[in-house]
Amino acid sequence: MNNFSFTPARAVDAALMQIGPGPGSTTAAGFGKFIAGGTNLIDLMKENVMMPARLVDINGLPLDTIEAGSDGGLRLGALARNAETAYHPEVAARYPLLASAILAGASPQIRNMASNGGNLLQRTRCYYFYDAGVPCNKRVPGSGCPAIGGLARQHAILGASEHCIATHPSDMCVALRALNAVVQVQSPRGVRTIAFADFHRLPGNRPDMDTTLAHDELITHIELPAAPQFAQHSAYLKFRDRASYAFALVSVAAALDIGDDGLIREVRVALGGVAHKPWRIEAAEATLVGQPATTESFERLALGLLEGAEPKGLGLGSNAFKVPMAHRAVVRALETVAQGTVSNDGRDRGGEAGAAGEGSAS
Amino acid sequence: MSALFKDSASNLQAFIRPDVQPVAEPGTGHAVVGDKVKRVDGRAKVTGQARYAAEHTALDMAYGVVVSSTIAKGRITGFHLDDAKAVPGVLDILTHAHRPKTRSLGLFFKDMTAPGGTPFKPFHSEGVLYSGQPVALVLAETFEAARYAASLVRVDYEVEEHETNLLENLDRCHKPSRLKVGFSPPPKPTGDADAAFAAAPVKIEAEYYSGVEHHNPMEMHATTVLRAPDGHLTIYDKTQGSQNSRWMVSHVFGLGKDKVTVKNPFVGGAFGSGLRPQYNLILAVMGSLHLKRSVRVVLTRQQMFTFGHRPETLQRLKLAADRDGTLQAVMHEAVAETSRIEDYVEVVVNWSGQLYKCDNVKLDYKLVALDQYSPMDMRAPGAAHGVHALEVAMDELSYELGMCPLALRLKNYAERDSANDLPYSSKELRACYTQGAERFGWADRPLAPRSRKEGSEWVGWGMATGTWDAMQMFARARAVLHADGRLEVSSAATDIGTGTYTVMSLIAATALGLPLESVTFQLGDSTLPVAPIEGGSAHVATVGSAVEGVCEKIQKRLLKMAKAMPDSVFAKARLEDVEFAAGTMRLRNTPSTSISITGIMAAANEAVIDEKYLMLPNMLKQKKYIRAVHSAVFCEVRVDEDFGTVRVTRVVSAVAAGRIMSPTQARSQIIGGVVWGISQALHEETHSDHKLGRFMNHNLGEYHVPVNADIHDIDVIFAAEDDRIVSRLGAKGVGEIGLVGVAAAVSNAIYHATGQRVRSTPMTPDKVMRPG
Repeated sequence: MNNFSFTPARAVDAALMQIGPGPGSTTAAGFGKFIAGGTNLIDLMKENVMMPARLVDINGLPLDTIEAGSDGGLRLGALARNAETAYHPEVAARYPLLASAILAGASPQIRNMASNGGNLLQRTRCYYFYDAGVPCNKRVPGSGCPAIGGLARQHAILGASEHCIATHPSDMCVALRALNAVVQVQSPRGVRTIAFADFHRLPGNRPDMDTTLAHDELITHIELPAAPQFAQHSAYLKFRDRASYAFALVSVAAALDIGDDGLIREVRVALGGVAHKPWRIEAAEATLVGQPATTESFERLALGLLEGAEPKGLGLGSNAFKVPMAHRAVVRALETVAQGTVSNDGRDRGGEAGAAGEGSAS
Repeated sequence: MSALFKDSASNLQAFIRPDVQPVAEPGTGHAVVGDKVKRVDGRAKVTGQARYAAEHTALDMAYGVVVSSTIAKGRITGFHLDDAKAVPGVLDILTHAHRPKTRSLGLFFKDMTAPGGTPFKPFHSEGVLYSGQPVALVLAETFEAARYAASLVRVDYEVEEHETNLLENLDRCHKPSRLKVGFSPPPKPTGDADAAFAAAPVKIEAEYYSGVEHHNPMEMHATTVLRAPDGHLTIYDKTQGSQNSRWMVSHVFGLGKDKVTVKNPFVGGAFGSGLRPQYNLILAVMGSLHLKRSVRVVLTRQQMFTFGHRPETLQRLKLAADRDGTLQAVMHEAVAETSRIEDYVEVVVNWSGQLYKCDNVKLDYKLVALDQYSPMDMRAPGAAHGVHALEVAMDELSYELGMCPLALRLKNYAERDSANDLPYSSKELRACYTQGAERFGWADRPLAPRSRKEGSEWVGWGMATGTWDAMQMFARARAVLHADGRLEVSSAATDIGTGTYTVMSLIAATALGLPLESVTFQLGDSTLPVAPIEGGSAHVATVGSAVEGVCEKIQKRLLKMAKAMPDSVFAKARLEDVEFAAGTMRLRNTPSTSISITGIMAAANEAVIDEKYLMLPNMLKQKKYIRAVHSAVFCEVRVDEDFGTVRVTRVVSAVAAGRIMSPTQARSQIIGGVVWGISQALHEETHSDHKLGRFMNHNLGEYHVPVNADIHDIDVIFAAEDDRIVSRLGAKGVGEIGLVGVAAAVSNAIYHATGQRVRSTPMTPDKVMRPG
């Protein structure tokens, strides 16, 4: 871990001043970083993966509220903690998909610390990215990607490039993608909004850039559009190597709006653990509108979502299993939400819990 | 260095705070062996008073941070140290080219548990033998400065081609050296296993693979060297044997026994990782000798993956039986990895010749040398892999026979050891089967796999047998009884969290009939009477026997003193005629004769009784028997085969391990073993990138062990057993047995649930899920 300065900021404007100018890359050494919960950044600093010269502590900024948004939606402060958000009555009642995704992630201790804005910026848990002793294009652009042809079991099956096959680790973001969230950011140049679909990037030839956020831009809020049609039919299912505190091999955020005629009015499905960003294809969803909520329909959507999926690695290091796992996850999630909503609140984590290891239909 | 400190030994002494001595809470009262008691070190641990290796400090402390190699094999051709040295507070950087003198012969680096070959010698030469090898130690005034400077050290290497892939190098396997304490090579074949296999009507043949595992105790390996002005080193080391570390420091640096004291009063888990002194010890001593200061070196979690591990192992088993289940042939071969410099050996296949009755047995065990650090004993070394494969193979055979897996085991129950034709010193395995099966409800199990589905999950029941050696080594103990009735017992034993403090206090309190809080047991100091390294589940049978032995000497002294009292009712009593209870000595047949221990001391006008005792195992008697502990493990799993997720919802472990001295701590040992067995079955593996020759998931986020949500009901049964051949206490050991067989039971339950056999551990979702 390098030496760095640590400055608390009392106002957004001041924080934006303190972060200082920087080049396009948010990973380069020597530049400033905002710090909130620190649940990922501090780890990365201890591993010499990120070496900021300045940390601007934004925990004192007035961005920790959860309040009504425009058009009947909800506005999540960037500094509201993941746990506060998941257990907020408005979130739990109106966006159970988001609450269940947050509760599927990390551990209670981490969720108590981690901020909503920080969750969007957490970095891949690719082994190679985390080990400063080996090459990684994301950490040191141009150094190479040993994950390609190496231990790729946890890596991307969709949207990868010849430079990087890392996956985005967040659970919360998969739900936010399905919910059409909008990210509000502020910089010395002013305020702008970024559609969630455009917030995270595919790696392409710049795997060092996880997002489209500029170095000096601060996430201030996450806006959730109204989505009452999904509250009774949504679920976040996560499949992983142990029952908790592991990143998704595959996860799926699913929401259905079924009409009185039993036909699908709207469907949303986003996948986690399969790509450099939450994976969602609106065109594939559109083909189900007006169709019956049956396994056949769900299978079709799964096929559409996974079109072009390409396994990486060989033998035990291969992620080929993720293709059928993701397919089945989409179908299982949609079959589940057709019956009701899954909360993932751990109330029923006894011997009889459901297939995802936690959660229940309600 | 502070002037205050410079020439005053007393200042240093003032800073070396005495270690807290665990003792039972006041009011605990009389407790004897077999009673459930709280662990006596509990309060010290939860209040932070118990200090671990990295928690000791000194006024002149310097901090060392290790720089690890990034290549797996080659030579160091140069260091770029200027940037690191420029960091304020950096004192110096040690490397192979710049370090205090050590002895160079490999012999001096051999610790008491070293296998055959030449141990790794830190900073010995420019050669790089494995990825993660320590190549430099940055010493600085603060930990932060050392850590930052370490990140700035650049090393030039000449890279050579490495081999880390066991499965691609099987053709290079060799017959291993047998030079390791406690290792027995596979016995010679009995009968004609090949012919019997060919002729038998029912047979199975399969390969079983197990990946690398690392111990990962919560406490990182660390060494704090406190240097006195006269040069004496008091070393707090994370080790399972203070005397082993002391021995190695003396040998490597040519420092006499009087110049070095090693202490480990509290150890935050070890699981075998502390059986051998690790490089943090050698490097911290180097730093201290070089700077003439106190030095602390703490490894990072990542560096916890840069020394010993449970070796990757490939096994092939062939079993054959008559149609009634009578075993006709057992053939078990194993190939495991080792380093280029040592033949790390463990007993993998021998269990297969011992656990069941069979006349035709052929066993084989070979090693492949790879560019890795030497593997190392890890909880139930060898048995964790070997018994697993045997027990999964037995399950496979049971389905081939159409027989209940438990019935198959009972059919082939070994009353004597087949290989050596010796009787067991005691063996209550049958009771384990019976009691475990009853508690679990095994009788209701449908024979066929894929018989029960609940919701999206298939439910399966599996079982397996476990076994481990019941060993005893030699040890000394000292006991001092004070006039006020306090008893201080000591031996250079270790408590790696297992409950040594508690059980030894309990044994001593029982022997002299004292309240538990009047007894202390001191351990974890190389200057105390000799004790073995805490390993192999032998500490109770060994040190416990020494403790009872020394207490018996005190009993004799007390009796002699009582006899000398005027008109003593004990005048004609022999030791076997008296008993010690409730703080008194009394005639067994006349309890009203009791006289208090303090009264005897007062009458004799003795301030203390101070005795020592050497406990030597009765080898002549012991070698006429096979000495082992046994278990029967039953478990229930629920498998969602679409995703390969497995939940182990119920485990019953029935254990026969001699007399259970301290049931609360013994039960904790078994529960911990079961949890680790579940981990071995489902979660735990260190993944190697063979192109880089490097372990890659070297942190606890990605090296998976079970979390609370993975663990459900675990029920422990101790079958009654009392074995006075293994130890005078009747005790065997419980450290390893809890783990053995658990992974096999889980594997067998998964098969029963789904009909899919998984022969590779850990059985992660990708291996368990229905193929795409």
